[in-house]
Amino acid sequence: MSAVYGTLASQPNTEAVNVPPTQSESVKTKMNIPKSALQEKLADGFRWFIPPVLGIMAFIALWALIAQSTDNLPGPLPTWESAKVLFADPFYNKGPNDQGIGWNILYSLYRVGIGFGLAALIGIPLGFMIGRFKFLAAMTAPIISILRPVSPLAWLPIGLLVLHKAEPASIWVIYISSIWPMILNTAVGVRQVPQDYLNVARVLNLSEWKVFTRILFPAVLPHVLTGVRLAIGIAWLVIVAAEMLTGGVGIGFWVWDEWNNLNVEHIIIAIFVVGIIGLLLEQGLIWIAKRFSYE
Amino acid sequence: MEKFVQLDHVDVKFSTKKGVYHALKDINLSINQGQFFTLIGHSGCGKSTLLNIIAGLQDATEGAALCEGREIKGPGPERAVVFQNHSLLPWLTCYENIYLGVERVFGAKEPKAQLKKRTLETLDLVGLSHAEHKRPNEISGGMKQRVGIARALAMQPKVLLMDEPFGALDALTRAHLQDELMKIVAATNSTVVMVTHDVDEAVLLSDRIVMLTNGPAATIGEILTVDLAKPRDRLALANDPHYHHLRSQVLAFLYQRQMRPAAAA
Repeated sequence: MSAVYGTLASQPNTEAVNVPPTQSESVKTKMNIPKSALQEKLADGFRWFIPPVLGIMAFIALWALIAQSTDNLPGPLPTWESAKVLFADPFYNKGPNDQGIGWNILYSLYRVGIGFGLAALIGIPLGFMIGRFKFLAAMTAPIISILRPVSPLAWLPIGLLVLHKAEPASIWVIYISSIWPMILNTAVGVRQVPQDYLNVARVLNLSEWKVFTRILFPAVLPHVLTGVRLAIGIAWLVIVAAEMLTGGVGIGFWVWDEWNNLNVEHIIIAIFVVGIIGLLLEQGLIWIAKRFSYE
Repeated sequence: MEKFVQLDHVDVKFSTKKGVYHALKDINLSINQGQFFTLIGHSGCGKSTLLNIIAGLQDATEGAALCEGREIKGPGPERAVVFQNHSLLPWLTCYENIYLGVERVFGAKEPKAQLKKRTLETLDLVGLSHAEHKRPNEISGGMKQRVGIARALAMQPKVLLMDEPFGALDALTRAHLQDELMKIVAATNSTVVMVTHDVDEAVLLSDRIVMLTNGPAATIGEILTVDLAKPRDRLALANDPHYHHLRSQVLAFLYQRQMRPAAAA
C-alpha cells in the first residue's frame, strides 16, 4: 500500500508547473493530499465492490453450468431475455388471471402491508403491556409459547373458515405469523429498560405520560424496530406460500400460475423479485432503525 | 438551625432467596440545613441503601425517615439524586435532560421562557453552556457527571443526594469536580448527603463524616465533625496538621476498628 502512495507522491504535478519554483514544493504537497485521499476512496470502493461482484458472477456461472447439463432448467441468458419482455410492460391488465408483474408485486405488498400493519398495531402495544405488567406476562406466556412455533400456513384453513374469503384469509396468515416477534421483542425491550432510568423518573416524579414518552418509548424503540424487522421478513416469506394456496393476483399465485404454464423462466424471475424486494424491505427498516438509535 | 432530614431508629431488611438480610440497624441521624454530610464505609455496608432511604427509593422496614418534619414517602424532586453512573437519558441533549426536571418542578407556575432560563443558568453553573445541544454519548465522563449534578441542582432541591458521584472518574477530573462542587454548594447553600469511598474526598468536602460499621446489620459507628475553615483549598490542606489528624481518624475507623470482612477472615 505504501509503495503505491510513494509512486503517486513522486509523480510530477502538472498543475504546479505555472507556479514560481519557491512555492511549487508546498503547492505540490497540497495538491497531492486530495489525490491520495481519492485513491484511498477508490481502493475502499474496490474492496467493497469486488467480492460481491465476484460472488454474483460465480453464482451465474454455476447456474449456467447446471442449466447446460439439464434439459428443462433455463440458463441465465434466456431468463434475462424473458425478464426484459416481462418488465417492458409491468402494468398490463388482461383480466383477473393475467396481469403484469408490477400488479402482482403491488398486490402482494398490499396484503403484507395490511396484515403486518394490523400485527404492529396490536402486537407492539400488547408487547408494552406484557413487558410492564408481570401478571399479564405470566398470563400470556403459555399461549404465546404454544402458538408461536406453529407454521404460518397452518393458520390458513382457520382464516378461510372464519373469514369465508381468500383475500382476508391470506392477510390473516400474515397477521398471525408476523405478530409474535413484535410482541416478544417489545416485551423484552420494556423489561430491559435500565432501572437507573426508571429511578430518574421516580426522583423527578414524572407523570405516567412523560415516563412513557421520554423514557420507556425511546428506550424500547430499538427493540421494537428489531421486532418489526424480523416480522416483515417473516411476512414477506409467508405471503408467497399463502398466495399459492389462495390464488388471486399476487406474486405467489403468479409463481404457481407460471408453473402450470411451465414457464420456468418466469418462476426464476419471480424468485429474484421476491428476494430483492425482501432485501429492500429489510434494508429500509435497518435504515430507519439506525436513524432512531441513540448510541 | 432546624433539623432538615431526620432518621429515627431506622432498620432495613431485605427478603432474599437465602432468607431475610438485615442491612441497616438502628440508624439515627439528623442533618441540618446547609450541612454537607458524607457517608463512608466499606463496600456492602449499606451506604447507598441509607442514601436511598432519604431519597425515598427504598423504604425503611422499621423506624421513621423524615424530611422537614414530614415522613418520606417515595422519591420526589425536593430530594434530588445524583446517581453514581450519571443516569442521563441518552436520547436527550444535555439541555433536555436538565429541562425534564425543571419542567416538572416549575412548569406549573412559571412561563416557558423562565424554565428555559433556569435550565441555561444551571448549565452555566456547571460550566457546560457549550455542550447544551450535545447528547451524553458525545461528552466525557466528567462532563456527564456535571450534567447529572446540574439536573439535580436545577430542581432547587432541599437536599442534594449524591451516590458516589465521582467514583467512576479519573483522579484529576475528580479533584476538579470536587472543587467545583465546593463552589456550587457554597454559592447555593445546599444541604448535601454524599456517599463516598474516598477518605480524602470525605474530609475535603464534609461538615460531618458518618462512618458506618460493616454489614450485615450495619449501623453508624461514629460521626466525625470536620471543623476545617471554608472555603477549603486542597493545596493548603495538604500541609495542614489538623486535616491530617481528621483524615487519620477516618482511616483508623475504616482500617483498624472496621477491617474489611474479607481481610479479617
